[in-house]
Order: sequence, then C-alpha cells, then structure tokens
Amino acid sequence: MDDTAIDPEFTAYPLRQLADAALQRAAQLGAEHADFRAERIRGQQIGLSDGNLETQFDSDDLGLAVRVVVDGTWGFAAVGDLTPEAAARAAADAVDVAKVAAAIAAERIELADEPAHGEVTWLSAYEIDPFDVGVADKIALLGGWSRELLAADGVDHVDASLYQVKECKFYTDGATTALQQRVRVHPSVTAVAVGADGRFETMRTLAPPAGRGYEYLTGTGWDFPAELAEIPSLLAEKMAAPSVQAGRYDLVIDPSNLFLTIHESIGHATELDRALGYEAAYAGTSFATFDKLGTLQYGSPIMHVTGDRTAEHGLATIGYDDEGVAAQSWDLIASGVLTGYQLDRRMARLKSLGRSNGCSFADSFSHMPIQRMANVSLQPATGGPSTAELIASVTDGIYIVGDKSWSIDMQRYNFQFTGQRFYRIRNGQLAGQLRDVAYQATTTDFWNAMEAVGGPQTYVLGGAFNCGKGQPGQVAPVSHGCPSVLMRGIRILNTVEEAGT
Amino acid sequence: MSGEVQSVPSPQEAVERALAAAKCDDCIVIADEGSSANLRWAGNSLTTNGVSRARQLTVVAISRSGDQARVGVVSRAGVRADQVGDVVAEAEAAAAEASPAEDAQPLIAAAAGPADSAGFDLPPTATEIGVFAGFAAELGTALGTAASAGRKLYGFAEHQLTSTYLGTSAGLRLRHDQPTGRLELNAKSADLTRSAWAGAGTRDFTDVDVTTLEADLAQRLDWAARSVELPAGRYETLLPPTAVADLLIYLYWSAGAKDALDGRTVFSKPGGGTRIGEELASLPLSLHGGRAEPGLQCAAAPGRCWCCRRAC
Repeated sequence: MDDTAIDPEFTAYPLRQLADAALQRAAQLGAEHADFRAERIRGQQIGLSDGNLETQFDSDDLGLAVRVVVDGTWGFAAVGDLTPEAAARAAADAVDVAKVAAAIAAERIELADEPAHGEVTWLSAYEIDPFDVGVADKIALLGGWSRELLAADGVDHVDASLYQVKECKFYTDGATTALQQRVRVHPSVTAVAVGADGRFETMRTLAPPAGRGYEYLTGTGWDFPAELAEIPSLLAEKMAAPSVQAGRYDLVIDPSNLFLTIHESIGHATELDRALGYEAAYAGTSFATFDKLGTLQYGSPIMHVTGDRTAEHGLATIGYDDEGVAAQSWDLIASGVLTGYQLDRRMARLKSLGRSNGCSFADSFSHMPIQRMANVSLQPATGGPSTAELIASVTDGIYIVGDKSWSIDMQRYNFQFTGQRFYRIRNGQLAGQLRDVAYQATTTDFWNAMEAVGGPQTYVLGGAFNCGKGQPGQVAPVSHGCPSVLMRGIRILNTVEEAGT
Repeated sequence: MSGEVQSVPSPQEAVERALAAAKCDDCIVIADEGSSANLRWAGNSLTTNGVSRARQLTVVAISRSGDQARVGVVSRAGVRADQVGDVVAEAEAAAAEASPAEDAQPLIAAAAGPADSAGFDLPPTATEIGVFAGFAAELGTALGTAASAGRKLYGFAEHQLTSTYLGTSAGLRLRHDQPTGRLELNAKSADLTRSAWAGAGTRDFTDVDVTTLEADLAQRLDWAARSVELPAGRYETLLPPTAVADLLIYLYWSAGAKDALDGRTVFSKPGGGTRIGEELASLPLSLHGGRAEPGLQCAAAPGRCWCCRRAC
C-alpha cells in the first residue's frame, strides 16, 4: 500500500534509524528478544453544553518504546524523545527493568512464532481526515444539532460531543516492520428533560463510534439529522412512560443495546489472559476457564461469535498488532460452544495454541502491550428475520434499544444491563415506552435463552472508544457487530424498586 | 527532518519560548516532565513492567473582546524547540474558532499567586526503576512465602513523578513536583475462591511494608475460609476505608455544580437549584477536601486551575 497517506510529520522521523539504535543496543546487552514501537496519537475532544462550548482539547502523544526479554523476564522502557540516543537508552533501560523485575519473575517468557511479514504498510478505511476539518466547523455542526433539540418542547438541556483520534504506529522486531495509521470518530448527542418533581430522563443518539473519518458526521454511515429529529418525541414519551412491572419477559434486543452485552459477557470472558488468572487482581477472571474450551455450551446452537481485527470500520481493526502478528478472523463460539480465545504471542505459546490471533495492543507508546479485545461479533442468520418479524413473534415482552449503564461481576457471569429506551410488546406490536428497566441474567442462561437471531439486514457494528484493562490502566477502542435477537424468559428488574427509592 | 536530531527544550525554556511566541491577549503555558516506573505480578510471578519518560506542553490561548473570552487549548507531547511556536499558533487558532467561554475569568497576577512557586529555575526530577530496588526484593520474598503456603499474590506497584512548570502572560511562574506511588496487593486462595485486597499510597516506596501487608492478607484469607450463605436483602454493612474511598470516587464524579444546577444529579433540588445546605444523610458524616493532607499533598490549587480559575 502507498504510505504517502500516512501522517507525513510522523514518517519524517528517522523511524528505522531509531529502531536500529534500539534493537542493536538491546542485542548488545544480551536480550533474547527485542521489539521497537514508535507512535504518534493525536486526539481531539469537543464538548458543548446547551450549545455553548464547554470543552475543546487537542492532544498529541509521541514517543518510542522498547520491549525486551532478558533471561526469560520482560523489560519495557519508553521515552518521549525520538532521537537515536534516546532509543538506545530506552533499550538499556528496558534491560535494567528486566534485571530488577527478575526478583519477582517465576515464569519464563516465551513467545509463539509468527511468520515474518517484511516491510508492510496499512491504512484504515476513511474518506476525510477529521484533523483536516476546522474546529469552527465542528463546533458549528454540534451547536446546530444542540440548538435544534433545545428548541423542541420538553428538552431542557443538550450535551453534544465529538471525540476523534488518529493513531500512527511504527513497529519492528526485525522480521516484520509495519507502518500503520487508523482514524476513528465518536459523535454523540444527549437530550435531558427535567420534571417539576425533580425526576430527569435522558435520550442519547444511538450512532456508534466508528473507524471512519469526518464523513461519518455528514451523511456517510449514519443519518444524524433523521435520528436527532426523533429525539424530542422519544424523550417526551420516556418522561410519560409507566414504570416497568418486574418479572420475566421475552426480549427483542436491538444491536444498539446488545453490542455492550456481547462486550461484557463474551468479549472479556474470552480473553485468555483473564481466563488463566493473569488479570485476576484488577480486571478480573472469567467463568469460561481454559478447561471448558470445546465443551462449554455458552449459548443456544444458533449462536456464532467471531473475533476479528479485520472488519471494515471496526475500532479494533488493524493490519498488524503490537507484536507484528497479522490481523485475522476466527471463531470464539460456534454452534453455541466455546471454541476459541483471544490471544497474544505469550498466551498462545503458554497454552500451545499455535500462532497468536493478533490481539496485542498498547494504547500509548508509554505502555507495554497487553492482550486486548478484538472486534467480537455475533453473526447474523443468513436469510434471518427482520427486527419487526422478531417483535411479531412475541406475545408479551419488551423491545430494548440503546445502551446505558451496566454491571457485571469479576467472572463475567452475573450481569445487569439497562438501556436508552424500552418498548412494551403486546401481541407482536409495540405498545409504548416503559422506564426503570434492567435485564438481569447469568451469561450462560442469557445466551442459551436466545431463540432467534436476526438477518444481515438487522446487523449493526456498535462499539466503544474506552474499554479499560490493565495496570497502568489502558483504554482500547473496540467494535461489536450483531443483529437483533429474540431472548425468551429473561428476568426484568425495576431499577427504582431495586434502589429502594 | 529525516535523520536530523532536533533539540528538546528544558521545560522552563519551553514555557518562556511559548509565552514569547504568543500573540493572543492572555496565555497560559504548562510544561510537564513526567516519569514512571511500574511492576505488575499475578499468580506469584511477574506479568508486565516498565519505565517511561514523557514531556508534554500545554498552551491555553485566550482571546478577549470586552467581557467575552474565547479559549483554545492544545497539548502536545515531545515538543521540540522548533515546534513550540506551532503549538502556540494552534492554540491561538483554536481560540479564534471557539465560542465564548461561560466561565471566563482574568488571569491571576504574579503577586497574587500561590507562595509555593520556588524552584522554577531548577531542573525537573524523575523516578526510575531503582525506586523499587528494596521493595522488589521484599516482594520477591513475599511471593515465595505465599507460594509455599498455597496462596497466590497478585498486584501492581507504580511510582510516578511529574515536575510541572507553569507560566502566564501575567507574569506568574510556578513549579510543582508531584510524586505519586501506590501498591495494590491481592491475595487469593489456590483455587481462587477466596480473595483479600490491600492497598497503600506512598511518595517513594521507602515506607511500604509488603511483608506485613502479605501477613495481614493471609490472616484475612483464613477468616474467609469460614463462610455463611446470606439470602438477598438489605444488611448493615461495614466497609474498610479503602472500600469507602472507591465509593468516594463516584461521589466526586457526580458532585459537579453545573450538572446539579441543571437538575440532572442527586444534588439537584426539585424545581431548580442545588441541595447545598440540605442534610443529605441521616448519619453525622462530613466530607472535606484538603490539598495539604499528609500523604495526599497535591498541586498548589485544585487541578489545573492554578492560574486562571477556570477548567483549562
């Protein structure tokens, strides 16, 4: 691929010279493995409150990192100076870190083999670099959306925001040298209604964050004017909606809500480092332990979940991961059975699983790569039903749209999710909104209750910018595609009653 | 620039260069020099580690017209001497494009600034992996003790040191060194069914007694060996300070005055206004903030608002 589209300010740095200085120094100091990464990550946040600019922040993070294995122990060092001297010093620092850390290292670090990919370049799919668009244009767009909503009856406040990121990476371990760039944006608008009794409700746009450029805000991939036009009436209906009666219901869940349930109950649960206990102190473990691989009936037989770092516009999509592993797509759950995990090179070697599937990622030059989530997606049913057809098959249930709050335990097993809006389903028809709704289940009960999966026409790629994991804390962007689904007999809580208020 | 090594200015030089380059009505420049070191372990063995150094330059450009002020903020890492002017220009361009800030205030005059600005001319300080030299040896012993007793230790140790230099076009010059250290230690039974956690804050890791912490966790794991089933319901619950601290984080996030005034938090008064002055809990609890609290000392004023009294 032509690499001239990659940030020329980044490629102007002597990246190969820096890498050579670092890798040669690491080899001189006895490292049995060394890899080099240089990164520039530009970010911009714009936030408006009631149409007035509240936040505008530009960040530009630039530096290099060296990771080594010395006598079977990791060592990592990063520095913000892109000079050959700094690169060589970082290599020496990484070796020093490995020597100090050897006092607490009882397991020898070994990495799964990866084919050499040579010199490669990768660029994500977007049309307009959001950093090429003036801030005034963005503020004007968000401000226009805000004022339109504020002018509507029943809308008391409006928050509008735009997050955008451009990530440039240069990686080499001697066998693979990858130069990559990707762009992502997340526009969001929330309308707030405040009642005279002090009760307040919100309604947020469903537009997911996307691995796209500024064209996403102006008509490619999402119709913001159409969605914003519906917000006031949806919010007014929510303010007037009756509180839900707790009990068991059949649920039709929209992709705008289900993506988050997939993230929490499948995405995190199928990270092998978690399943093996390496994240037990902070992020947690997984009920889907390694001994259950190939046997755990995770969900109903119609459940097919894949991991990938290849989906177009996916937030976890990349050409090569932060260990030089080429992006792949693989099964995590097939016919409802757990069949795979997300891996980095150490995890793959540790359990003799062959090649890594490419899930190593660091969110900054200053952080050591760890195993992070791929795009984890529930596949639609070929020729499957529409959302309306799923709703039509429910006599007494609830249709759930949009994500909001959630809670899940450290094993990714007992969970509770809310949403943006909830519609009563009676005799196959929507019968108005409900409020104060949360659904609660265990992961396996929930996914085994899945009776129908929607067709490709219902499939949406949702996601988030801010999946957290690791210490020091790292955030990673990740997408989750899914169709609408039908779940039978899921427990519904009334959140107000649960809170005792 | 390929192959050419550019100079990286000292933080003081970056501040002065930026202020000299500024054409806006008011300007605030913050140069951070940060360093960190960390160790992480799981199942009685190291998982990840690292040291890092980074520098960041933040320019707040303020364009004033009558009572209105437009603000542009740009932050960039690893800024070379020849790039300082670019960062200022970007902040000024952002200010020119911004809408007026609701909370604009005049800059603080140099004479009215905080007193603890000594050391602006001194070089930054840094941490390194050696900060763990004694601690890592003691932790290695603790891991061995735990392993021989059938326990598994997990945890994270991090030390950060940031030297922050601030200058404003009103003549204010401030410098603050912020050391931050923490240890999180988590002990589990071999089958991972029992777990106990301890945390410690420190400025330099010389005062962390990991041997005592490990022994305390071992005792708590022993206590957890006897458990009773509790039906779901409401109970009086005793929380140790570390658990209360976690709850306070969410309280802190939720305590914004503007959101309360907008009617969208638990601190909003029905019909308008905030609940300041109301009794919020039946228990005689009080909550206060103090930047000079021993062990929690922080910058000369909350957050980034040393200089302009607004959220930069």
